[in-house]
Amino acid sequence: MSGTATNGRRVVVTGIGVVSPLAVGAELTWKRLIEGQSGIGRITHFDPSELPAQVAGQVPDGPTAEGGLTLSDWVPVKDQKKMDRFIHLGLAAAIQAVEDSGWKPEDEDGRCATGVMIGSGIGGLQTIYDGSLTVSSGKARRLSPFFIPSALINLISGHLSIRYGFKGPNHAVVTACATGVHAIGDASRLIQYGDADVMVAGGAEAAICSLGIAGFCSARALSTGSNDDPTKASRPWDKDRDGFIMGEGAGVVVLEELEHAKRRGAKIYGEIGGYGMSGDAYHITAPAEGHNGAFRAMKAALRNSGGLTTADIDYVNAHGTSTMADDLELDAVERFFGDDAKRLAMSSTKSAIGHLLGAAGAVEAIFCLQAIRDGIVPPTLNLDNPARESVIDRVAHVAQERKIDVALSNSFGFGGTNASIILKRFKD
Amino acid sequence: MSDIADKVKKIVVEHLGVDESKVTPDASFIDDLGADSLDTVELVMAFEEAFSVEIPEDAAEKIATVKDAIDYIEKQKAA
Repeated sequence: MSGTATNGRRVVVTGIGVVSPLAVGAELTWKRLIEGQSGIGRITHFDPSELPAQVAGQVPDGPTAEGGLTLSDWVPVKDQKKMDRFIHLGLAAAIQAVEDSGWKPEDEDGRCATGVMIGSGIGGLQTIYDGSLTVSSGKARRLSPFFIPSALINLISGHLSIRYGFKGPNHAVVTACATGVHAIGDASRLIQYGDADVMVAGGAEAAICSLGIAGFCSARALSTGSNDDPTKASRPWDKDRDGFIMGEGAGVVVLEELEHAKRRGAKIYGEIGGYGMSGDAYHITAPAEGHNGAFRAMKAALRNSGGLTTADIDYVNAHGTSTMADDLELDAVERFFGDDAKRLAMSSTKSAIGHLLGAAGAVEAIFCLQAIRDGIVPPTLNLDNPARESVIDRVAHVAQERKIDVALSNSFGFGGTNASIILKRFKD
Repeated sequence: MSDIADKVKKIVVEHLGVDESKVTPDASFIDDLGADSLDTVELVMAFEEAFSVEIPEDAAEKIATVKDAIDYIEKQKAA
């Protein structure tokens, strides 16, 4: 098979939804992001004082109109206890995206041509923790009948399909921190292949609980040196970075076959321009020297882009988690772009919202679409002293106005899984 | 209304998120109060917890209305 991007069917994005530590809402998150605000603070979901890492990016509570989370605006009160928080956040983002797209299938054919693929890296960790306490205290018979459906990762897709009557493919991705990109990329291919005309796709995560933070602390993955100065903790590529900052939230897009979108006059944010994947086959948590997996994922995304080259790509939203691996990704991007690296902008928005694990790639793909739309590159906060120099402009501290027609977003996950997705300006 | 009936009503309102006025003795959890099969399992667990009684599965299956629940619990408490 030749490497055409689209198999004849082009896929565009017609709806976006974000729940992030900066705000509930795609546009308010974006506004605060490009203003240089940080969503990182001391953990309040539980008392973190026993743990070495005590800061995170938590979704703010508050009125919906002000960008806070008012859960009853998204999930009926009587249903809330049947779902873990990652499902709450996923539904809030998915409902935004669906409403934003204006897509309401009117007949059975339309419902059957609309699917959902929203994943999570970890799923209902707090629910599993609470459930095991119930069982371990001798009350196994009192375990809620909603325990399993509350914890299962594919239940965002399930709940969303029930809410809207979407009867197409119902799927969920689980690839750690690469989940969001894999979901959007794989869902695009379902549309290209004709399994659906519309897919609601993305990722959600809510692992800021004692078990989640303790687990990543034990893996020596989290920043521990900025507990007293949370907004300085996430500092991708900076020489003083000391680990990632956990974030929570969700990113969801509505993907649509181009002709379908045009027929109903949908607003188009951009087009899926390419998608590539790779595996490291190296180590469960660390990328290999030179980050060959990242290089191969980017190369694969370009290969099926329908003829784009590195010279066409204006912006890279890096995986850039604020760990030692940042410079390995930088190595791979420099090698991949060669001479074109000089004109490239690359930033890590994890500097402002932390690492949303399974939601990260979806939220960051949405940032790429907004960057293309508005001609603004979001900044890398706290990049005071780069650990190493590069010809690539890493957009330290403040957002930049730049014309962006094509953006690439990278996500890499534990287990050695890598994904790159290309978003481009829609041209008929 | 007995204390038990009051408490049952309160638990039903809380778990199913329904208006108190709808929780009449003849109201069926599934047909009238919007519960599904998992909701009824959870309700029975809540009754067990609140009244310190054991409701075996075969008995639980026969509890379909608010009155069924009250009657069963009153019988257990009287025994």
